[in-house]
Amino acid sequence: MTENTQIAVDVRDAIKRYGDFTALHRISLGIRDNEFFTLLGPSGCGKTTLLRMIAGFEDVTEGAIFLYGEEIEDLPPHQRPVNTVFQNYALFPHMSVLENVSFGLEMRGASKADARTRAGEMLELVQLTQFASRKPSQLSGGQQQRVALARALAPSPKVLLLDEPLSALDLKLRKAMQIELKHIQRETGITFIFVTHDQEEALTMSDRIAVMSAGEMQQLGDPRDIYETPRNMFVADFIGDTNLLDVSVEGIAAGRATCKLSGGHRLTCDAVDGVNAGAKVHLSVRPERLFLSDQPTAAESLQGTVVENIFIGTDISTIVDVPGGQHFTVRTSNSDRGNKRILDPGTTAYVNMEPGAARLLVD
Amino acid sequence: MAGGAATGGSAAADTYKSARHWLLLPSWLVLVLVVLAPVCMMLIYSFLTKEFRGGVIWEPTLAAYDQFFFDRGLFGDDPPKIEWTYITIFWRSIWQAGLATILSLIIGFPTAYFIATRPERTRALWVFLVTIPYWVNLLIRTVSMKFLLRDQGPMNDFLISTGLIDDPLRIVNTNLAVQLGLFYSYLPFMVLPIYASVERYNFAMSEAAADLYATKWTTLRRIVLPAVKPGVIAGCILVFVPSLGAFLAPDLLGGAKNFMIGSLIEEQFKGNAGNWPFGAAAAMVLLTMVLILLMIFARQQRRAEASP
Repeated sequence: MTENTQIAVDVRDAIKRYGDFTALHRISLGIRDNEFFTLLGPSGCGKTTLLRMIAGFEDVTEGAIFLYGEEIEDLPPHQRPVNTVFQNYALFPHMSVLENVSFGLEMRGASKADARTRAGEMLELVQLTQFASRKPSQLSGGQQQRVALARALAPSPKVLLLDEPLSALDLKLRKAMQIELKHIQRETGITFIFVTHDQEEALTMSDRIAVMSAGEMQQLGDPRDIYETPRNMFVADFIGDTNLLDVSVEGIAAGRATCKLSGGHRLTCDAVDGVNAGAKVHLSVRPERLFLSDQPTAAESLQGTVVENIFIGTDISTIVDVPGGQHFTVRTSNSDRGNKRILDPGTTAYVNMEPGAARLLVD
Repeated sequence: MAGGAATGGSAAADTYKSARHWLLLPSWLVLVLVVLAPVCMMLIYSFLTKEFRGGVIWEPTLAAYDQFFFDRGLFGDDPPKIEWTYITIFWRSIWQAGLATILSLIIGFPTAYFIATRPERTRALWVFLVTIPYWVNLLIRTVSMKFLLRDQGPMNDFLISTGLIDDPLRIVNTNLAVQLGLFYSYLPFMVLPIYASVERYNFAMSEAAADLYATKWTTLRRIVLPAVKPGVIAGCILVFVPSLGAFLAPDLLGGAKNFMIGSLIEEQFKGNAGNWPFGAAAAMVLLTMVLILLMIFARQQRRAEASP
């Protein structure tokens, strides 16, 4: 099997069971060399379990894991050339920052002097040089996070595993660290496997994302793929905001399906193989691909009543009730206010759809 | 208005202050009656003259301490030489208590670690099991121990029946018997503080160490032990100090040759043959020694913490 890009971590048919409970159902995925790869999903979806299986903290019930072609699933953690940034950092409280960072190097047999030099470089990378002699408890959460990162990077692992490393930070710091992590990944050229439940974080940072739910992989792709062409209801709902509509297919012509909402409105979207007339399916429409008007337009539009305008900083989110009990959320960018009308609650409005905005989902 | 409010505030603070004094009274009473008063009495008695049939005569003298440290011959008129009898007993006590502490640590640490790593709902049960033997009186437990260990006792019978040994192991009336007795008497004092600190230990740190290429043994030595050190130290103090002054185990298991300080002091207050001032002086020497040991130890701790 030859491929253009080298595979860093190859998970083959991995299954994880705890007694009767199956945490991971036969997962297979190849993480490429030098890639920022994210495992994304709600809590309990198995993403952390998969990461811990790669690190060696959980054994693999069935299947295999390869690291650059070498089978590793039976090796204990201390024999795997991967390092982890833990969720709550797990820094050694009795050691200074420098001792924490040089620990892994010393364990790999580096002399104390060499380990200290390299640890010093790592602290420079994460801009903590002046804190080298402090104890972890004397640092802020953000600084501890950087120490954890420097400690895991110091032994030059083949793959760096990050288990929700930013979840304990406040929003502003988290955003800054997202960019910094991305920079460090580019700079070091190390493959990053990042676990998060925050879809925005995943979209911002990743080269590719595996969306997981209930121990199964729902979709694997780059952020744009996953956002714009979700493969199923779960992915559409989990990634970003969307309007999910229950519809029935009325007819299919020239690759387009005409779908009927419960209130009688009709919308068209690209047809999907295996979906025939009469099928009950779902449509997903992103709120930013809808716009409002007080008159019907040339685009597909549905008549409704404005319920509420919600100001959310960059955008205004308008909730519109259409007949048949369906709510639409329409997002208008604040910079467009001049062009696109913001309508008062109670007024009649038309929800217009950009061509190709609706995506048909089977389950 | 502002002035009135300020006055009201300070009145409330005064009430709080005086209430605090009264509420602290029980603790002060306990400290004075149970700690300070007995130690003062002991200190005073150690400087009094002994009464022939126990008790004291209220005449100040250094005779008790003199008897403890110096040998002035049979009639008390030789030039003073160092009296080694009691110092030897003290030294043996420290040695015995130290070995018992080490034995407790060797057994107690893995026990505590085991309990702390069980699922949370079964931990209380394990702790309960460890403490069950301690519901029985110490005297009875020590006598039972003697019965178990004696030459024709169950342990030797068992070892002979398995063919491991031909002749019974002579354990009773040896130092080893005393160490075993002390170890058994105070083991929970080692297990419980270590358990408490291992339970608080964040096992993610062990994972982090393994992730950074440390073997299990290195992880224990470099990460776990430093983290649970306060529990280990507390356990060692809690076993060492009472072992040092114990008299049941040395008396029942050690026999006459393995006399310890506790027995020496006990004898001074028993029956008519005692010497109260001498007993009080020996107790004072013991107390001073323990305090010095603890102070040296506390200072080293502070130094270790201060250095980066």
